[in-house]
Amino acid sequence: MAILVSPETKILVQGITGDFGGRHARLSLDYGTQVVAGVTPGKGGQFFEHGPHRVPIFNSVADAAQATGATVSAIFVPPPFAADAILEGVDAGLALAIAITEGIPVKDMIRVKRAMQGRPTRLIGPNCPGVVTPGAGKDSFGGCRIGIAPGYIHKRGHVGVVSRSGTLTYEAVYQLTVKNIGQSTCVGIGGDPVNGTSHLDVIRMFNDDPDTHAMILIGEIGGTAEVEAARWIKANVRKPVAGFIAGATAPAGRRMGHAGAIVGGSEDTAAAKIAVFQECGIEVAVTPSDMADALIRAAQAKGVQLS
Amino acid sequence: MNIHEYQAKALFEKFGVPVPKGAPATATAEFVTALSNLPEGPTMVKSQIHAGGRGKGTFTDGFKGGVKFCKTKAEARDMAGRMLGNTLITAQTGPAGRKVGTVYFTVASEIKKEYYLAILLDRESSRPVIVASTEGGVEIEKVAHETPEKIFKVRIDPAYGLADYQVRDLVTRLGFNPAEAKNAGRLIRSLYAFYWATDAAMVEINPLITTPTGDVLALDAKVSFDDNALFRHPEIVALRDLNEEDPKEIEASRHALSYIALDGAIACLVNGAGLAMSTMDIIKHFGGSPANFLDVGGGASKEQVIAAFKIILGDANVRGIFVNIFGGIMDCNVIATGIVEAVKEVGLKLPLVVRLEGNNVAAGKRTLAESGLTIVSGDSMADAAQKIVKLVAA
Repeated sequence: MAILVSPETKILVQGITGDFGGRHARLSLDYGTQVVAGVTPGKGGQFFEHGPHRVPIFNSVADAAQATGATVSAIFVPPPFAADAILEGVDAGLALAIAITEGIPVKDMIRVKRAMQGRPTRLIGPNCPGVVTPGAGKDSFGGCRIGIAPGYIHKRGHVGVVSRSGTLTYEAVYQLTVKNIGQSTCVGIGGDPVNGTSHLDVIRMFNDDPDTHAMILIGEIGGTAEVEAARWIKANVRKPVAGFIAGATAPAGRRMGHAGAIVGGSEDTAAAKIAVFQECGIEVAVTPSDMADALIRAAQAKGVQLS
Repeated sequence: MNIHEYQAKALFEKFGVPVPKGAPATATAEFVTALSNLPEGPTMVKSQIHAGGRGKGTFTDGFKGGVKFCKTKAEARDMAGRMLGNTLITAQTGPAGRKVGTVYFTVASEIKKEYYLAILLDRESSRPVIVASTEGGVEIEKVAHETPEKIFKVRIDPAYGLADYQVRDLVTRLGFNPAEAKNAGRLIRSLYAFYWATDAAMVEINPLITTPTGDVLALDAKVSFDDNALFRHPEIVALRDLNEEDPKEIEASRHALSYIALDGAIACLVNGAGLAMSTMDIIKHFGGSPANFLDVGGGASKEQVIAAFKIILGDANVRGIFVNIFGGIMDCNVIATGIVEAVKEVGLKLPLVVRLEGNNVAAGKRTLAESGLTIVSGDSMADAAQKIVKLVAA
């Protein structure tokens, strides 16, 4: 039954009284998601009202979680305060913190990641579109939408999608939905160099999830996370997998120094990642328009039904 | 954000990282004063641009070498005169080169041996990593490729910082003698303090040198900072040199647009970084060449779309425009209205292909169709990309 979140998952929104957090809290409520609490320090006791919904606001994540049973947080807090907001969710013992915020300093994330070691909370993001487990209603209403993805383009089904990029995820999801192929869960892990959950972490979950029958893995240039995921897929995954790597034409040398190339190794170009995908049995989409078709090819080769 | 070598070295000194004595000058009239800060004798003159390969570069007037060793201060003054205001082309500047707005005079240090030292983020471990090598003054990629055993990496636990044993171990592996080792250890600790305190994205010293008297000095300095952390470092923002940046990129950042100029013929206007990158890819895939990367973000306004249009039309190489929008939450009609207004305001003599998908797409398509403008619409990314490539080739 999907990964990470289900339609029953209760979520709280950190930064619900801000423009950005408020707008997406409303869209999640409209989608049928269980938004049960908001957190804004100093505004505890107030309510976030939207149509028939009246969501209580708390001063702290711990208070909100205790009072409402929320286990997952969507973080829309501005960049200077976002690392602190993540740590607050970790200390409150949440199962999952999803940081949407774009522009958090790298040093803050280095510290957060270190502080989370050995703690039970999983972090997704930052700088990510969030997570959607589509619902069974019209335009996938009744699903769990955490973050900023458009809910209505989804369709409940059995394909897992994982990506660093938001719009590229929507592109893949939309291609699937118009072909009448539904999704189990769609996860945007974010485009920052230091993030909480990797491609591989999500691939492992999809592989263990009986409700996920196939996967699309979308990556970009930089780092070696996609390569690591691809090698693991080759060794462990029998489900059909399609992949796409963005950035084949991205200019090299925009970064000033050379040392990044050493740490990154020679596997962080698009061409190198695509070669590894092919070697690992992942059906590569030749263009971003080809992502759903690539998955259909991969599924046919393995005799797997997608819809 | 990048800064110049002379600025980086001034910051190094504040943190106790030793550098050769030096002084910058931004006008010929300043040469004498700048040089008066240095002792008589061998002097280096270094062109200050944000690109590597300066020593092997050539100026547009044929003068060779953006970094010169001079036996006397008088010679240094002459060389600086040839560099200042001249345009330097290096392997990293592209064919247009960079205009030298500042020259930097430094004492020419006597070199016993050259090393390499850098600190940056190790993405795999999500920790800072020191990268050092006994092979300095050469391209570090080459060293990594040919003699990886000569590269040492030290990952740093952010909870405790750089530990003394790590420093001892590193200077031992680099083979310093006891006197040098003490100085090198101090330099490495200071450099890490600098990296951490200033939110640097990368610090690179190539070469780091030892002198015959046992000193350890940063002979060069390349520093870039994490743009996301600049809000807490106004003193670093003050070092920004707008002359080093593409005017179109500066204009784009004023409108919160993410833009990178490229040298192709098809301008792109896209929402989302991943989609923007793959829009460039798909143009190339169908035989065209992208003129830019342009991400208008997830919540673009009409004003941003107009600004984006003006920026891409300001590029003389552009022969066609490809707008690719997946409006998930963003209203496609807002984008369509922005396109129509922009075209009416700035005029359009180039082919324009628009692919709109997502929220309120029917209204958006209607706005484009009723505008009376010659806008070609594409059904999918692939369809639209093929259309613009064909139109530009025609």
